[in-house]
Amino acid sequence: MSLNLTHEPIEGEHFLITSDLTGDVWEIVVGLEVHCELATVTKLFCGCPNMFGDEPNTNVCPVCLGLPGSLPVLNHQVVELAMRLGRALHCSVEPSVFARKNYFYPDMPKDYQVSQFDRPINVDGWLDLPDGTRVGIERAHIEEDTGKNTHAGGSGRIHGADYSLVDYNRAGVPLVEIVGRPHIRHPEQAKVYIDELRAILLATEASDAKMEEGSLRVDANVSVRRVGDPALGRRCEVKNLNSLRSLGRAIEYESRRQVDLLESGETIKQETRHWDEGAGRTRAGRSKEEAEDYRYFQEPDLVPLAPSAEWIAAIDAALPVLPAQRRVDLAAASGVGITETGVVITVQRDLDTLALAAIAAGGDGRRVLTHVEHNLSGEGVVDLDPSLLGNLVQLELAGQITATQAKTVLADMVVTGRTPEVIAAELGFEAMDTSELEGIVDGIIADSPDEWEGYCSGDDKRRGKLQGFFVGAVMKATKGQADGKAVNAILDARRSAAS
Amino acid sequence: MSKVALLARLELTDAELDTYTDQLAAIIDHAADVAALDLADVPPTAHPLPIENVLRPDVVTPSVDRDEVLSQAPSVEDRRFRVPAILGEEP
Amino acid sequence: MSESVIPTTAVEISRAVRAGELSAREVLEVHLSVIDGREGEINAFNLVLADEARIAADAVDRRVADGGDPGLLAGVPLAVKDNLCTRGIPTTCSSRILEGWRPPYDATVVSRVSAAGAISVGKTNLDEFAMGSSTENSAFGPTRNPRDISRVPGGSSGGSAAAVAAGFAPISLGSDTGGSIRQPAALCGVVGVKPTYGLVSRYGLIAFASSLDQVGPFSTTVADSALLLEAIAGHDPLDSTSIPDADTGAARSLLSVLHDGVAGLRVGLVTELMGEGIAPDVAARVRQAAEALAAAGAEVGEVSIPALSYGLSAYYLIAPAEASSNLARYDGVRYGMRVDADTTAQMNTATRTAGFGAEVKRRIMLGTYALSAGYYDAYYGKALKVRTLICRDFAAAYQNFDVLLTPTSPTTAFRFGEKTADPLSMYLNDICTIPTNLAGHPAMSLPFGAGADGMPVGVQLMAPALGEATMFRAAAVLEAAAPDLSEALQ
Repeated sequence: MSLNLTHEPIEGEHFLITSDLTGDVWEIVVGLEVHCELATVTKLFCGCPNMFGDEPNTNVCPVCLGLPGSLPVLNHQVVELAMRLGRALHCSVEPSVFARKNYFYPDMPKDYQVSQFDRPINVDGWLDLPDGTRVGIERAHIEEDTGKNTHAGGSGRIHGADYSLVDYNRAGVPLVEIVGRPHIRHPEQAKVYIDELRAILLATEASDAKMEEGSLRVDANVSVRRVGDPALGRRCEVKNLNSLRSLGRAIEYESRRQVDLLESGETIKQETRHWDEGAGRTRAGRSKEEAEDYRYFQEPDLVPLAPSAEWIAAIDAALPVLPAQRRVDLAAASGVGITETGVVITVQRDLDTLALAAIAAGGDGRRVLTHVEHNLSGEGVVDLDPSLLGNLVQLELAGQITATQAKTVLADMVVTGRTPEVIAAELGFEAMDTSELEGIVDGIIADSPDEWEGYCSGDDKRRGKLQGFFVGAVMKATKGQADGKAVNAILDARRSAAS
Repeated sequence: MSKVALLARLELTDAELDTYTDQLAAIIDHAADVAALDLADVPPTAHPLPIENVLRPDVVTPSVDRDEVLSQAPSVEDRRFRVPAILGEEP
Repeated sequence: MSESVIPTTAVEISRAVRAGELSAREVLEVHLSVIDGREGEINAFNLVLADEARIAADAVDRRVADGGDPGLLAGVPLAVKDNLCTRGIPTTCSSRILEGWRPPYDATVVSRVSAAGAISVGKTNLDEFAMGSSTENSAFGPTRNPRDISRVPGGSSGGSAAAVAAGFAPISLGSDTGGSIRQPAALCGVVGVKPTYGLVSRYGLIAFASSLDQVGPFSTTVADSALLLEAIAGHDPLDSTSIPDADTGAARSLLSVLHDGVAGLRVGLVTELMGEGIAPDVAARVRQAAEALAAAGAEVGEVSIPALSYGLSAYYLIAPAEASSNLARYDGVRYGMRVDADTTAQMNTATRTAGFGAEVKRRIMLGTYALSAGYYDAYYGKALKVRTLICRDFAAAYQNFDVLLTPTSPTTAFRFGEKTADPLSMYLNDICTIPTNLAGHPAMSLPFGAGADGMPVGVQLMAPALGEATMFRAAAVLEAAAPDLSEALQ
């Protein structure tokens, strides 16, 4: 474990904070709770449309308004999607029951939320991150969403408001709450976790997972501890994280806040804190007179849920290939390491199918992925004929065109769909004759005797610099058509001959 | 008891609190026979019915008339239910 | 048209209306004039629906005239407990907090009786939110027992029981959570049935305790309760706790087996409910009922159900706990009463404090306490286990018996104010009825003579889940053998 002697975050697995005061090194421990709105046609317990953005209070009925006498009936598709998501996260699907979480708030039509408490539907799963970390998933349970309050009057922010207006369109929308174990150690890693989760949600079609529309909401449980200390520190829950950027910034801020407190001898108060994006800090929630007591008990208006083994098997059989598996497959086919950026980015951009086909068509795996990573993004890319990419890479490795030339050819290929040979010929990209190249190199050597002297006899550092001088001069003389590797080979040979 | 009243959003006078405390104590006393039982091996029955897996199809059914519902609301503004200032965040 | 021409039972009225011998309107007018005559002193109704009823009755008559099927309850006046939602018609649960609230939908049972051609004549009074055993907890004044207006009609469905006892309607709908149909039926001298939990839809029944509540019929005859129960029973896709129809066929075919008799039926007198705590005159009538069943061919024995002695405690933990959660929604935000304040939390508190009566507050406090952190295991959690014991003991009893026989209420109707000072004494009224709510079993009360004070005594029949047919068969025999209410106790 590397020690960082400043407060600057290091690129790497762990985010470490070193105290100016004591020199102690602290690490952060983060567990994320993610709520996703499920992409069903209707709400969790009634047939009202599950739609974002409609006119207020138009998608409501006695059930989701919690009118006296109303009763909930569970949506089949919610169970299907919840199980699909659970299995995609490697959870065990268990018989489960619903429970009431009792508290008063005006966006709650019944002043209790129907959720799952001691017997949730999905338990004990995990999520593999691209960097190889396995983040445990404690549970992923079903619960209902609340309505929406809009604050009016005053400053518009909750503390200055004169009154509020409530819209119950969102009340009763089905949610799955995914509780991750505290296995995250870096703000960037938290963002990657969310990206990975979102990819799974999209692949399973369980949710459209849009943070900006509220169909994906993230709360972060953050604590700190001295490196080497096995015990977990007291954590704070950070809410109001509306983007990945906020997530990263908030984790970083909160962990430093906690370290500062603990270093000055204070204790962390276990509380909910809110992220203030504008001010770049977390703030304690309004202190309540009493701690909330949710008085959970089994929901008597619903019966237990025990999905059949057949249903679970059908879900398993229909699971799409998930990002982690796609990375495994691509790494195997390309020979590139599973945590390397080539693999990660290719899958992230949904270009792995293309890459696999290009490799199957004869293209070198590493070279193909390098092209995807650096040269393929944006519109139209996915329609590229993979065999063309395979060919291009073959030409490159045969020395027919240089890397720089290949980039240009590729850009053209994406647009026109022509073969690399045709494009290269049109652009005049052809391999230079070796003797012609040697002649040019020799000419430049002759013209620069001092530099040549330095290149042959200088130390590694000097030689490296002068190599750049010679290669650059050759490139200029050949208008970029020389292959850098070939030039280096010739320079080396001449130097050996001279010594 | 005053904590319980707060959780239940009820305001009780001191006299009422006293009366309720006494009455509840009497009931709880009566329930002491229950509290004294050793039921470690007995599973709870949350429900008298042995039914499981009641599900409905993911199909839209008619909502309720918004105006009919809003007409019953104590205070409405802009097609929404109006409430006084909300202090404190959602738990 | 004089009253004597109109039949008094639902079975007879519907037959006559369907046959075109009688008009629904005629039947209605007769009942409206009875209501006119005595409602002032009885106060069975929160709201009489004379105009609406006339429109409905005329519609039934038109249907008959057109040759259509007007339904199995065609033209039968029916009263509806005011905790059942009736669209566009105030539904108050006899509470200030819902005063004037008009639901935008009908309860399923209301839709069903309406589709069957019954004529709703009014919403009946109850103990506020169905919490009580005397209807003295109504925010709109008590209902009086038609047999003696200085006495309570029982509760919480006091209005529905009184309406039938006073002849305002041959049948009515009530709800039963701990005895709220059976006990007022006993005190008023009418028939009252709590069906198996899940047999009748709860959609639109304003919840008190969700795992205990059931809607059920009141009537003057056993056959009428069978008719009404058949009309309302059956699976409802809007109620997750509603039993599928495939499993309830027998429980919904009551009229056809009603007079099958009780030969060989094993009847058990429950030891724990015949001793201390039961008035001697009540116990005597129950033994008489046992003899009547024996005389008709039943095998009568005694059975002990030990867990019953914990029933009251378990009930008074489970029911208020569920109620405290079910009543949280009355917060002044979306409907009902609102008392304004600066903040929403203050508004919630002010509204609920002003809107709920003392008994409701007491039960909300008790329920909140029983569920709260640190107390859950000792109280609510334990009560759920006691419930298991009760279910097991019943199951053991039903190995050897087909129906059980007990008193419905420990005493006959008491006088107003007699039990209001000490809530516990009021709760003791429920010891005979509570166990079947906890177990989810069916039970019914029917009149079996008068007590020492001349007031009706009700005897209770209980059966295992979905055992309605057996229960009704025994009830029919008892009905035929019942002593006249005017006969003094020997």
